[in-house]
Amino acid sequence: MSHRIDRRFGDLRRAGRKGLIPFITAGDPLPEATVAIMHALVAAGADLIELGVPYSDPVADGPTIQHASERAIARGIGIARILGWVSEFRQVDSTTPIVLMGYLNPIEIFGYSRFADAASAAGVDGVLIVDVPVEEAETVAPLRAAGINEIFLVAPTTTDRRLSAIRAQAQGFIYYVSFAGITGASQLDTAAVRDRVAHIKQGGDMPVAVGFGVRDAATAVEIAASADAVVIGSALVACLAETGDIESAVAAAGAFLAPIRAALDASRS
Amino acid sequence: MNRSVTVSDFHAYPDAHGRFADYGGIFMPETLMPPLEELTEAYLAMREDPAFIAEFERDLKYYVGRPSPIYHAERLSKKLGGAQILLKREDLNHTGAHKINNTIGQALVARRMGKRRIIAETGAGQHGVATATVCARFGLDCIIYMGAVDIERQKINVYRMKLLGATVVPVVSGSKTLKDALNEAMRDWVTNVADTFYIIGTVAGPHPYPMMVRDFNAVVGREARAQMLEQFGRLPDVLTACVGGGSNAIGLFHAFLNDPDVAMVGAEAAGEGIETGRHAASLAAGRRGVLHGNRTYVICDDNGQITETHSISAGLDYPGVGPEHAFLKDSGRARYVGITDDEALAAFHELARTEGILAALESSHAVAQAIKLARELPKDRLILCNLSGRGDKDVHTIAAREGIAL
Ligand SMILES: Cc1ncc(COP(=O)(O)O)c(C=O)c1O
Repeated sequence: MSHRIDRRFGDLRRAGRKGLIPFITAGDPLPEATVAIMHALVAAGADLIELGVPYSDPVADGPTIQHASERAIARGIGIARILGWVSEFRQVDSTTPIVLMGYLNPIEIFGYSRFADAASAAGVDGVLIVDVPVEEAETVAPLRAAGINEIFLVAPTTTDRRLSAIRAQAQGFIYYVSFAGITGASQLDTAAVRDRVAHIKQGGDMPVAVGFGVRDAATAVEIAASADAVVIGSALVACLAETGDIESAVAAAGAFLAPIRAALDASRS
Repeated sequence: MNRSVTVSDFHAYPDAHGRFADYGGIFMPETLMPPLEELTEAYLAMREDPAFIAEFERDLKYYVGRPSPIYHAERLSKKLGGAQILLKREDLNHTGAHKINNTIGQALVARRMGKRRIIAETGAGQHGVATATVCARFGLDCIIYMGAVDIERQKINVYRMKLLGATVVPVVSGSKTLKDALNEAMRDWVTNVADTFYIIGTVAGPHPYPMMVRDFNAVVGREARAQMLEQFGRLPDVLTACVGGGSNAIGLFHAFLNDPDVAMVGAEAAGEGIETGRHAASLAAGRRGVLHGNRTYVICDDNGQITETHSISAGLDYPGVGPEHAFLKDSGRARYVGITDDEALAAFHELARTEGILAALESSHAVAQAIKLARELPKDRLILCNLSGRGDKDVHTIAAREGIAL
């Protein structure tokens, strides 16, 4: 059941397509809109959804995602409600993988075993916890035991010794952070990313998704030339932040993602 | 580890993963893991290197003005009628607090690692001033992150940092205070890892910071232990220190941890009272969580969101605490209590009028706890209180609180 992520990357590979992974902050811009936005993203070509769990002290995030988190926190959004939205989404969509992305403290406070049970029951496929490096993977062992994939980051600074340790623990896919910096910055160096992705892929056949700095169809196509999937976060979150009701948020999500999907598919060789 | 097991050697912590039993560790984004490994390796070599140690000790002596004396507050003790209060005078250090012990040490590490761009966070501005000071002294570039709210509260320290050549960057995210300044410094570091050294101001953050900052402040307890034996012929019965992140407290406690007859009490900021929720007492009233790279006690809500804290002293206004204190609390080696704003202010005035010493508001929490203990204990007991800093920086805050226009 929980290998929805593996199945999805397998299907993409067989079809010769690149994965498109939108990131949204759960509960932003409106709590009532989150599930509808998720469905709209799938309709517009999302292969996997990263759902950001808001946190008060997001050290790896730039202002766009910081502010989205602050708005969601102000509305009292926490893990229990987010898992409720995942269950609701799963009643309609049983194939699109969902990865929760965030920081450790909300899960630590929720309780690891409780989280593992509730998240797997809701239909969560993976977690990417920004402040859990491979050394601390033991902390989230109950999640793995419940069949939830643990996605790890690899950065431009990651040494080969660390890369081997990460490969040994990684599940689902490897998330390559395209530059040393925070989300929403724009320091993308496509050639450097290509070399690093090639290097990461040499060690095995775990798919590699690239995130940070991908903001539109052009940057997505450039990055997808080497990566198996691209992650788009801040640009989408910024676009949703301009909307004020469910209908406009849903329309904006679809309008944002569809051209990127089209460009990725058109660029297939 | 099993918490009922007694610890045989408190100096054996942290382990190689930076853990103090259940606490500490390295909870950081991957981008910063390699520079943290590099720092750990470099620092572990330096702490064994006689040339590094000699360089550090030379600066502590001739630049900071160490050793700081232990002063017997006889008039205060007599007035209270109980145990004797002894003050470890960190307020007499250059820049007026213990913070300089750590910034000298880390600046030396940065210089040896070839990093010339220094970043730091600051709340009250004391760590910012101590960092700007050593950057001027060693010719390093200095960028200080400070919450916009704190910049407004601590104008004099902001100007002091500028006079010392630092750039002060206002932080407008989150609650615009110390924890957000730390977040912003981390974001700078993640963006500029190649040439930047982050001087953290307390025993928090990811490994190796809690160990390294402790080591640099441990000079306080080492000196005090020797001074006690020399001046009083014995060790103190109890130590008191204020606890924000916990650097001055661990600095005093560390040398005494394996002396079972020396009791230790950390004074946290109870603000307007722990029961009001407006406090910063992470150990006394928080719960186990993960913040700024380590597992420790934190103040957060049921969703795991770090919540705003309150203290009259900006230096104690932090929702986490160093992981070694979390370990000392759980193992029972040290006790942590809350001191309210009002109790700290009363202690400030008491010390000023009986001994002619203006203590920092942070340190006044430790003095308040020493006063409580002195009233309970017999005359022949010795209480050693860490007077971590001087109060000049707080004169405006105290005047405003008491409705006096300067
Ligand atoms: C004089 C003084 N004491 C104590 C503190 C609190 O820090 P720590 O708990 O790390 O000693 C500060 C922080 O600014 C300070 O300036």
